[in-house]
Amino acid sequence: MFLASAKKLRSFGIIGMNQRNFGLISRYNPRHLYPLVDNKLKTKLLAQQAGITVPKLLGTMEYQHDVKSLKEILRPHAQFVIKPVKGSGGKGILVITEHDHNRYVKPSGDAIQLADIERHVSNILSGLHSLGGKPDMVMIESLIQLDPVFADFSYEGIPDLRIIVLKGYPIMAMLRLTTHASDGKANLHQGAVGVGIDMGTGRALHAVQYGAPVSYHPDTRKTFSDLVVPHWDKLLRLAAACYEMTGLGYLGVDIVLDRDQGPMIIELNARPGLSIQVANFAGLAPRVAAIEALKNIEPDPQLRVIFSQQQFSAEPGRYPPRQLRTRSTDSPKIIT
Amino acid sequence: MYAKLRLYILVFLIMGLGIGLTMYKHFALGFPLSPDDKKSVWTIEARIDFVARGDPVIVSFALPPKAEHIVFMEEDFASPDYGFSELTPPTGRRAQWSKRTASGPQTTYYRLSVYEKDNISQSLGSDLPAEPEKPEFDEVIKTAATTLLDQVRSRSANTETFTRELINTLNTNTPSQNQSLLLNEQSSEDYKTHLIVNLLALENISARIVRGLYLKDGRRRQSLANFVEVYIGGQWLLFNQNTGEHGKPKNFLIWQRGDQSLLDVVGGKNSQISFSIIKNIHPTRNLVVRDSMNRQAGIMDFSIYSLPIEQQNAFKMILLLPIGALIVVIMRLLIGIRTSGTFMPILIALALIQTTLVTGIIIFLTVVGTGLLIRSYLSRLNLLFVARISAVIIVVIAIMASISIISNKLGLDQAMTVTFFPMIILAWTIERMSVLWEEDGPREVFIQGGGSLLTAVIAYLFMTNRTIEYLTFNFPELMLVNLAFILILGQYTGYRLSELYRFHSLERRNVSGQR
Repeated sequence: MFLASAKKLRSFGIIGMNQRNFGLISRYNPRHLYPLVDNKLKTKLLAQQAGITVPKLLGTMEYQHDVKSLKEILRPHAQFVIKPVKGSGGKGILVITEHDHNRYVKPSGDAIQLADIERHVSNILSGLHSLGGKPDMVMIESLIQLDPVFADFSYEGIPDLRIIVLKGYPIMAMLRLTTHASDGKANLHQGAVGVGIDMGTGRALHAVQYGAPVSYHPDTRKTFSDLVVPHWDKLLRLAAACYEMTGLGYLGVDIVLDRDQGPMIIELNARPGLSIQVANFAGLAPRVAAIEALKNIEPDPQLRVIFSQQQFSAEPGRYPPRQLRTRSTDSPKIIT
Repeated sequence: MYAKLRLYILVFLIMGLGIGLTMYKHFALGFPLSPDDKKSVWTIEARIDFVARGDPVIVSFALPPKAEHIVFMEEDFASPDYGFSELTPPTGRRAQWSKRTASGPQTTYYRLSVYEKDNISQSLGSDLPAEPEKPEFDEVIKTAATTLLDQVRSRSANTETFTRELINTLNTNTPSQNQSLLLNEQSSEDYKTHLIVNLLALENISARIVRGLYLKDGRRRQSLANFVEVYIGGQWLLFNQNTGEHGKPKNFLIWQRGDQSLLDVVGGKNSQISFSIIKNIHPTRNLVVRDSMNRQAGIMDFSIYSLPIEQQNAFKMILLLPIGALIVVIMRLLIGIRTSGTFMPILIALALIQTTLVTGIIIFLTVVGTGLLIRSYLSRLNLLFVARISAVIIVVIAIMASISIISNKLGLDQAMTVTFFPMIILAWTIERMSVLWEEDGPREVFIQGGGSLLTAVIAYLFMTNRTIEYLTFNFPELMLVNLAFILILGQYTGYRLSELYRFHSLERRNVSGQR
């Protein structure tokens, strides 16, 4: 059987592309808010205003003649990431882990020259990677340092955590682990491993690569059953706070853990994909329905996170009903 | 919910309008729904010969009446040096040729092309009859007539059966004395017709002579056949005076009603008239367009047919685009095929229409393949983006030129059609594929390239379908139906076919989890 029956998928609550575009994106994401997340510079400023940690900005470039100054900008930094400001789906991101003179080394170990970087920057400025091919800007960021927690679970890259936030409530999470096949990129259809994360505990639930279940990382051979995302509550709070920050009702929040600076938001996505359902072996629809059934949205991200953890945990026992009562009795105090 | 209802009302209105207009054109204007619908067009030539005496000549000739269900495409009146006019007295149309002096044998022609509309019910003549004129027979004949009518009346039930019985009695092989007396020895067709009309008049039944022509292909020297039309129950019924059958025979053109002469020649003698008939087969659509244009039907006056032929041909292409768009919508929303560029497949399909399928695909693959090779070299030259795209355009043109020239030298004419491919689109495709190759690897290039080509081929197959081509051009209002479909598809929130594959591992996992 190569095809699933639509009836079964529906009973699992799997959301398809059409449903996502129609029922989630166009319903919860007003068009005029898109630039806030499509433009990574704006997102960064917004996050900084909200007191959220983001990777340090080393420099930006807007015009082709700025390319000449690239060497000067890059000189003091041994490690950096070059990104298109309006890029999508991880396109056009160039990571350099070390350089001396005219030798710039990529995570895979390949070395390129300044001329290659200049061409890359020039391509970005021409709009090669931007949505709709519009002229773009380039931003240069400091490189994120791999948190030792994930050292065993990533290969030549930094894993990132994707949390889907609906109306401010985190509803599903997935850890994307880089592999040799994905060329150090945390991109599922290039071969990265997607690990479904339990909303309640941050523990790994299932993992998939190329849509098929895997139980250990293909390069490091570590089994995922040991994997627990640290600072889980804090990560969920960060993600939930992005709702107030952007106003977008259906949001994909990409978070990385930096060895030195802790959790950072690297990107927000107004059109998050659906592979997260495969990684979690669960559909989004029941969780969306649970949130949509709420009469009013908690104004405090902290309370929303607790609600989500209680509601969507794979181990419901961890959050006894008492907690729920506490929440409802607590909330008026916090509001007043 | 309210928005959804509003959309469905809109869809309903658009679809209703589209189908309604189509129905109107089909039923009221007679547009056929199939391109293969053909009709026989009869060309009838009436030749009038007479010998002129050297005096002023007037030739008056009855013309067939115009009717709802037959369309007169063309009427020609040819006769050298004669003045001509068409008269329309209440008794029927007549053609009149005139000349101050003429002598010797003279010939005039009248040519008519007609076809029958098949979807309009033939309304019978319902004009009110005049009070039947009692004929004045001499005593002997009157007695014979009365006896005959008494016999017929006793054997009939109503006017219709009476008429049929009367005709049958007159045509019987073993005539009684009365019948022989009434019919005369050498009675002509005309005499018999008049006799029937007169006998019916004695019974106070209104009747009139109808002359008409049997339409048979390739007939020459035909003459008109006489029928009797009887006013029964508010309408005129046609009876064959030799068999008593009622109703208009198939392929029969009524030429003249009433007792006026068919042909009057003043200033000539030995006048003769003969008809020849030729049948031609024409596509119904051409006939209808011509007829509607002639009649200045409002819907036609503001239609594509009112444009010059060149623009019409352009529109033939343009009106196919919505079909391509519908295919793309289906392929992307229902099937979930990924294409490079949303509507690029339609443009490729348009090019395929010009080049034919196999040639087109080979050319497309050759141009894009060669383009990708050259583009991979260009990427090493470190060019700015816009300059590189422009370079690719020039490369594409060079490839096209070489394909044309080489194929011409090899004698492969088909490959010359390479020029129909949109160059800018090809250049963009090459550029996008090349970037895709660098970033996502060749697999993604084949998926998206293959998806685009597959969509283009399916769109091509639909767009070249004879019936679809015919319907889109002749019923542009079907575009509204298409629009309604696209609006409905825009509401589809179910799974795409490709997602059933994408999520299939999920199903297996969940099933095993439940066990």
